Amino acid sequence: MLVSLSWLKEFVDINKDANTIADGLTMSGSKVEGIKSYGKEISNVVVGKIILLEKHPNANKLWVGIVDIGSEKLQIVTGAQNIKAGDYIPVALHGATLPGGVKIKRGKLRGVESNGMMCSAEELGLDESLLPEYQRNGIFILPPFPLGMDINEALQLKDDVLEFEITPNRPDCLSIIGIARETAATFRKSFKMPVIEVKEGEEENPAKVTIEATDLCFRYVARVVKNVKIGPSPMWMQMRLLKAGIRPINNVVDVTNYVMLELGQPLHAFDLDKVKNKHIIVRRAKEGERLVTLDGKERVLDSSMLVIADEEKAIGLGGVMGGENTEITDSTVNILIESANFKRSNIRHTSKKLGLRSEASSRFEKGLDPEITVLACERAAQLMDKYCGGTVLKGIVDEYPKPMEKTVLTVNPERINRFLGANIPTSEMIEILKSLEFEVVEKGEELEIMVPHFRKDVTMEADIVEEIARLFGYNNIEDSLMKNAQTTLGSLTKSQQLEEKTREVLLACGLNEIVTMSFMGEKDLDKINIPQDSPFRKAVRIINPLGEDQSLMRTTLLPFMLNVAYTNYSRKVEEFKAFEVSRVFLPKELPLTELPQEVKTISIGMYGKDVDFYTIKGVIETLFEVMGIEGVEYVRAQEPSYHPGRSAKILLGEEALGVFGEIHPDVLENYDIPVRVYCGEINLDKIIECANIEKKYTSLPKYPAVERDIAVVVDEDLFVKEVERVIRETGGKFIEKIELFDVYRGPNIPEGKKSVAFSIWYRSRERTLTDEEVNEIHDSIVEALDRRLGAKLR
Amino acid sequence: MKKLYEEAQKEISKADSLQQIESLRVKYLGKKGKLTQILRGMGSLKPEERPIIGQIANEVREKIENILTETKNKIAQLEKEKKMKIEYLDITMPGKLYKYGHKHPMTQVLDEIKKIFLGLGFSIAEGPEIEFTYYNFEALNTPEDHPARDLQDTFYITSDILLRTQTSPVQVRTMEKTKPPIRVISPGRVYRSDEIDATHSPVFHQMEGLVVDEGITMGDLKGVLNIFAKKFFGEDTRTKFRPHFFPFTEPSAEMDVSCFACGGKGCRVCGYTGWIEILGAGMVHPNVLKMSGIDPEKYTGFAFGLGIDRITMLKYGIEDLRLLFENDMRFIEQF
Repeated sequence: MLVSLSWLKEFVDINKDANTIADGLTMSGSKVEGIKSYGKEISNVVVGKIILLEKHPNANKLWVGIVDIGSEKLQIVTGAQNIKAGDYIPVALHGATLPGGVKIKRGKLRGVESNGMMCSAEELGLDESLLPEYQRNGIFILPPFPLGMDINEALQLKDDVLEFEITPNRPDCLSIIGIARETAATFRKSFKMPVIEVKEGEEENPAKVTIEATDLCFRYVARVVKNVKIGPSPMWMQMRLLKAGIRPINNVVDVTNYVMLELGQPLHAFDLDKVKNKHIIVRRAKEGERLVTLDGKERVLDSSMLVIADEEKAIGLGGVMGGENTEITDSTVNILIESANFKRSNIRHTSKKLGLRSEASSRFEKGLDPEITVLACERAAQLMDKYCGGTVLKGIVDEYPKPMEKTVLTVNPERINRFLGANIPTSEMIEILKSLEFEVVEKGEELEIMVPHFRKDVTMEADIVEEIARLFGYNNIEDSLMKNAQTTLGSLTKSQQLEEKTREVLLACGLNEIVTMSFMGEKDLDKINIPQDSPFRKAVRIINPLGEDQSLMRTTLLPFMLNVAYTNYSRKVEEFKAFEVSRVFLPKELPLTELPQEVKTISIGMYGKDVDFYTIKGVIETLFEVMGIEGVEYVRAQEPSYHPGRSAKILLGEEALGVFGEIHPDVLENYDIPVRVYCGEINLDKIIECANIEKKYTSLPKYPAVERDIAVVVDEDLFVKEVERVIRETGGKFIEKIELFDVYRGPNIPEGKKSVAFSIWYRSRERTLTDEEVNEIHDSIVEALDRRLGAKLR
Repeated sequence: MKKLYEEAQKEISKADSLQQIESLRVKYLGKKGKLTQILRGMGSLKPEERPIIGQIANEVREKIENILTETKNKIAQLEKEKKMKIEYLDITMPGKLYKYGHKHPMTQVLDEIKKIFLGLGFSIAEGPEIEFTYYNFEALNTPEDHPARDLQDTFYITSDILLRTQTSPVQVRTMEKTKPPIRVISPGRVYRSDEIDATHSPVFHQMEGLVVDEGITMGDLKGVLNIFAKKFFGEDTRTKFRPHFFPFTEPSAEMDVSCFACGGKGCRVCGYTGWIEILGAGMVHPNVLKMSGIDPEKYTGFAFGLGIDRITMLKYGIEDLRLLFENDMRFIEQF
């Protein structure tokens, strides 16, 4: 909302500068986002009239003009192409200044003397895009003004315009008077409601209004103005519209917009002669009824929408946009001014359904005050009488089937202070409320408050508390630290601690943490080789995604890790080790009837010179070790994204905790990564569930361990884990530790075989084991390895 | 015997290596050594002379042993010194690094914030990212036709289920299942349908805070958030509370902090205003308490919400939000 201070000051007596007003209003709840100054830096720019315009003798695209500025005639050279002799224009004289510190001096242009500059609207600091064609792309052509008049005076240019961020609960502040009321309350000045007198003609108003849909239209006020002459509106009005960011169009439309800005009530003007029998009917649209709106588009309506109609056709989409069939044109003579109030949710609904938003609809859908309709209509009539050359006919139509009731609230000042933690005297509360136009009556300990009609947002005590607090000043409320509240213990839950621990372990393993988005597309799953019937494809779908490739909620973190790996690889990052902890979304059934499972998942990814399968496995094993998860088994994974011979599924009993390994070469090709990449995905929720970080002390051993090495030759495809299992099963309780220390292939080992060497530690907790005992166990291990696995001692 | 001792003494004093010492030990004191031989020859002596000679022999043995040890220690010391003289390193060469991973800057910021609030007695609540429309809107006093819904471009899954646009639904979930006193923060991912650019992202991170108890005041809201601001942005930080609007709080406020880059003088970071908008807050709306099953006559509370992404960018001077989601290792490793 753009508010001109000069306009604002018509309604409130305030003599402060723009910054002070902006700061004050910001702190009382109307946030000022910016201030734009007009005219401040402009000096020595006057109104001139081109009396002669000739081609420049030495330049094709330049003109030499003789400009009359009243006191003298100046020769000025210009490059503009939109002017002709007879035009009134702004002239910057020798010594003039323009916005941005520009100084104008006389000089010669291609050998021809130029004693100043003809100005464009842009050069005067105005937004040219809002101007009609003839004033754009060149000199700002003016209506006739006295020659030599200062441009600031002619255009009433000098002004400060505040840009407000108006919150949706305050549609009343989308107007000059709304902001004026806030200004008055903030600075404790008086607010002056405009007094409007309409000069009526003799002739009776011929128009009739019938509201059929009283549930959607609460009030309909209308007036008729006869014999208007369509033309430009006065320059001062155009300037105010421009400063508010509204395009001036013609006097009638400008008046409706002007009143909307000033009072916050959108108006519409119909060409009355095109309204059948001058009878306005407010009704629901018929199913499939068609209406061409002012933007030239044909709209197909349904019965949920409200139309303004005459006796035979729809002539407007109530509160949203007028119809083309009754549009004000240059030949319009008689008009009907509509000032109505509509149900906000219905406007919102219609506007959404048709994809049609207008300045009017965006105001109506926030909920407006029906009490302002008459005033707005009168204001428009007054202005039309003055600036559109018409006669306002006698009588105003006001259909208001169910007048709005006033809201009365009772509040307790002591309670309010207790709630705020403040000590505001009741008298000050009353003063604040009165400054906001609330009527207040003291009733014993309590206050009875009558809410002003334009404050539909105030419905309960909490709303009154806010009004008092914001005008008392939030920053005047003393800070406190929950001194009345019970003490609480701030702590992490067990699973939150475990999640943090997981992060710490991964960091300690040298992995960097990444964060990626949650959306994926089918293509992401294609890229990691996920088949069509895979459960990974059963993803939650967004109805209104930003694009097809962001339409699904991710069921796997792998594509994101690979994207990040690619980003880094393509930027020549040589070593990449990363993890992400985030959620995947697994619906039980689609379409969703209940919320999907959100599973916290760890994603790991790495590549680099020293990175292989066992690097990522080491990270995972370290994680399990720290989290106290024992008995994890690794079996070959059959996941299409992974290299079948170099990937593993992690099992804890029957439970699958995750998958990791080398990424399938086809997938790497899809990502255009020419090096081996190792990734993994682990279910963090399950890790947290299975973790056991409770520690218990076991006494240190008193008796020495005996260490024996063993190296056996086995088939290449035999898992080391199998050898270890046989050793452990055979060795029994005296085996303390088994450690693989070598795997060897090459000379002395037959093709298709490998030698695996373990160190075995034997120990008893009760006594020192004898050599004979150990030898006996060790020999039985050698025997069992041979018998069960065909492993030969090397 | 004396001759033997002198001979040994002379020879030992000439020795300059540990091997020599060892061979001298063998030569004199070994099983076949000279002293042993003498002792063996004792059989020819008279019985009364034997103990005397034996005693002398033992004394000689002891003396020789002593000088052997002494010399050995001396030589060992010399050899150690010699070795140390040539053992030196270029101590300016780099050490062998144990690479510790880097936490994402957003997690670091969040950790810091969590610590502050844990210290103030808050615990951490979590909630679903795919949420019922009810919890995201209706239960937060934002019914279907509420204009505030316009401010949020929402991703919908069905008409009843959406991607939460704020972490505030966790407030409601917490109040539904916990009795006051409630003191929680709830960080998490939220979604709004904005195209990604330098300052917007369809996925971003918020942290919600909620306090509900008897006697909670707006002064408490200010006090707690002030402490947070000072702990997080520095003890000299000043704060400013401006009225604002949220459907689920009343009164509602926005909190600005004095710019931590310029201290409030005005600079590029704060857009030359000296202040930076950090969070939204307010007293929990009585309707919200009521809908969550808490009696607004008895309990009051305050809530606040802040954008983790934004604060991370401000704290580290990151100009483009996209960097946070791009995950260039060279970026992450700066933190």
